[in-house]
Amino acid sequence: MTVIEARGLRKAFGTTIALDGIDLRVDEGRILGLIGPNGAGKSTALNAILGLTQYHGELRVLGRDPWNERDQLMRDVCFIADVAVLPRWMRVSQALDYVEGVHPRFDRSKAEGLLAKTTIKRTSKIRHLSKGMVAQLHLALVMAIDARLLVLDEPTLGLDILFRKQFYDSLLNDYFDRSRTIVVTTHQVEELQHILTDLMFMDRGRIVLNCTMDEIESRYVEVMVHPGQVAAARALKPIYGRQVFGRSILLFDSGTNQNIDRQQLAALGEARTPSIADLFVAVVGNQSGMAQGAAQ
Amino acid sequence: MSTQSNAMTESSIQSQGTTPTEISFARAMYWSIRREIWENRSIYVAPLVAAALFLFGFLINMMAMRRHIGTASLGPAQHDLLATRYEISASLIMGTALIVGIFYSLDALYGERRDRSILFWKSLPVSDLTVVLSKLAIPILILPLLSFAITLATQFIMLALSSVMLLGSGVNIASLWTGASFFKVSLVLLYHLLTVHGLYYAPIYGWLLMVSAWAPRAPFIWAFLPPFVICGVEKIAFNTTYLLGLIEERLIGGPDSSMVEHDHAQDFAGTLIPHHFFSMPGLWIGLAMAAVFLFVAVRLRRYRGPI
Repeated sequence: MTVIEARGLRKAFGTTIALDGIDLRVDEGRILGLIGPNGAGKSTALNAILGLTQYHGELRVLGRDPWNERDQLMRDVCFIADVAVLPRWMRVSQALDYVEGVHPRFDRSKAEGLLAKTTIKRTSKIRHLSKGMVAQLHLALVMAIDARLLVLDEPTLGLDILFRKQFYDSLLNDYFDRSRTIVVTTHQVEELQHILTDLMFMDRGRIVLNCTMDEIESRYVEVMVHPGQVAAARALKPIYGRQVFGRSILLFDSGTNQNIDRQQLAALGEARTPSIADLFVAVVGNQSGMAQGAAQ
Repeated sequence: MSTQSNAMTESSIQSQGTTPTEISFARAMYWSIRREIWENRSIYVAPLVAAALFLFGFLINMMAMRRHIGTASLGPAQHDLLATRYEISASLIMGTALIVGIFYSLDALYGERRDRSILFWKSLPVSDLTVVLSKLAIPILILPLLSFAITLATQFIMLALSSVMLLGSGVNIASLWTGASFFKVSLVLLYHLLTVHGLYYAPIYGWLLMVSAWAPRAPFIWAFLPPFVICGVEKIAFNTTYLLGLIEERLIGGPDSSMVEHDHAQDFAGTLIPHHFFSMPGLWIGLAMAAVFLFVAVRLRRYRGPI
């Protein structure tokens, strides 16, 4: 079942084009990582999906038009837009009361159970919680909602590595199952590598790469070339190359370059699947001519 | 690389199953209004403080008066004095509520954009219409009802205080309670609050909410400067004060002036039958304007994000 379907999605702010006609399809049970430099249009795309911004083109989320049916859509969609959007004046107990009051699919006991694993007190005001605790609280609220689509826009920005790890572990272990779908954007791509099922790179309002993680594994090969083999390796037209400790690391795309075969590459050096960050630099950096901030 | 097979096997909690029911409009409104009161505690704190301060002043006044009151029974002058104080207490509490209502409305749809919490509110299945209506309900329904309850309690305490104060002085206390016509005054007050503060002022609150939903910053200036400037331009260009008159009439005039005359009149019930108030064209024009302002505010909330 298709959760998100977009065709020719466009959005411009004045003369700046944020979304330049993107096509997108996300099926149920996927965890899609949306990666791109600042200003690539990731947040605009998510905002369109969440009914927070108007757009041109066709967009259906769970069969609904997000812009005109946001409130109905939000029964089945949850999102964490930012670490700092929970109202600072609210008490933890009030947040639980309110969400329980207005959301038909909120399971309070589940939220209480998740909060019990943290050190967050019910009587605390959100303004008195640390940034990490606010993220934990927001995640507990969202995970207790039986939603079909969860959208996370930079959910762990500014959190320390322990909280970030815990955040994704919790999401995977206590929340995700095959009937749910998660779309996440982040700059901290390394932590997502083993979580995602699908990967999408965006740059300047366009999608520059859209494939499953399995496809990434079969299509891209990164080789740390033996010193003597550099010329031979370069002859195979890597899409990207860099130097680490004096050794050349070359990235090959067997999808566009049919001459490449894995065994041949393995003979040239140590072959492995590239990390998302390296792939990002290769793919997006090549396109835009400058490799701006894949992993910050 | 095993993409997320660990996630698949370890997914322990499966909370699928019972399909929940809809949330009714009334329930969404109830929680939205509660939320407003949680956030803006001045809604009840300010009128309570005003009432407490008034009672304190009243106590001092009573102590001073006690020395002057003789042993005779209370004359009409004293009754009038007490009645005047009821009016002062009611005005003070209503005035406080009015000011709270104005500042509340100006911040209602602006504050959530400024602190980005609008992104959280919009992540919940509550429509923009429900949100705007719940924010309107505060100044036109919750604040009038609250100020009514607080005024009633204040006046009751005043009466009780007077009785205690006069206890040893030989004054006939029973006449205090009968003369005050406590019940009637309360009804007039409730009527006044619900009609004038609730309905007649609705376009004012509608305007404030609309500005609050639109203003990129400083909603206070956007709300008050344009009418002020237009009044000035109108005066210099046409030498008229049409807009000023309209605003003035909305704030001070209207049904209120007729209410006060009836207040002490004999056909008290006559004032409670609202045929006069509800046949005023000004009321309906005002309500129509309020509806337009609110419609725009609801639309604006959909378009506006955090600032």
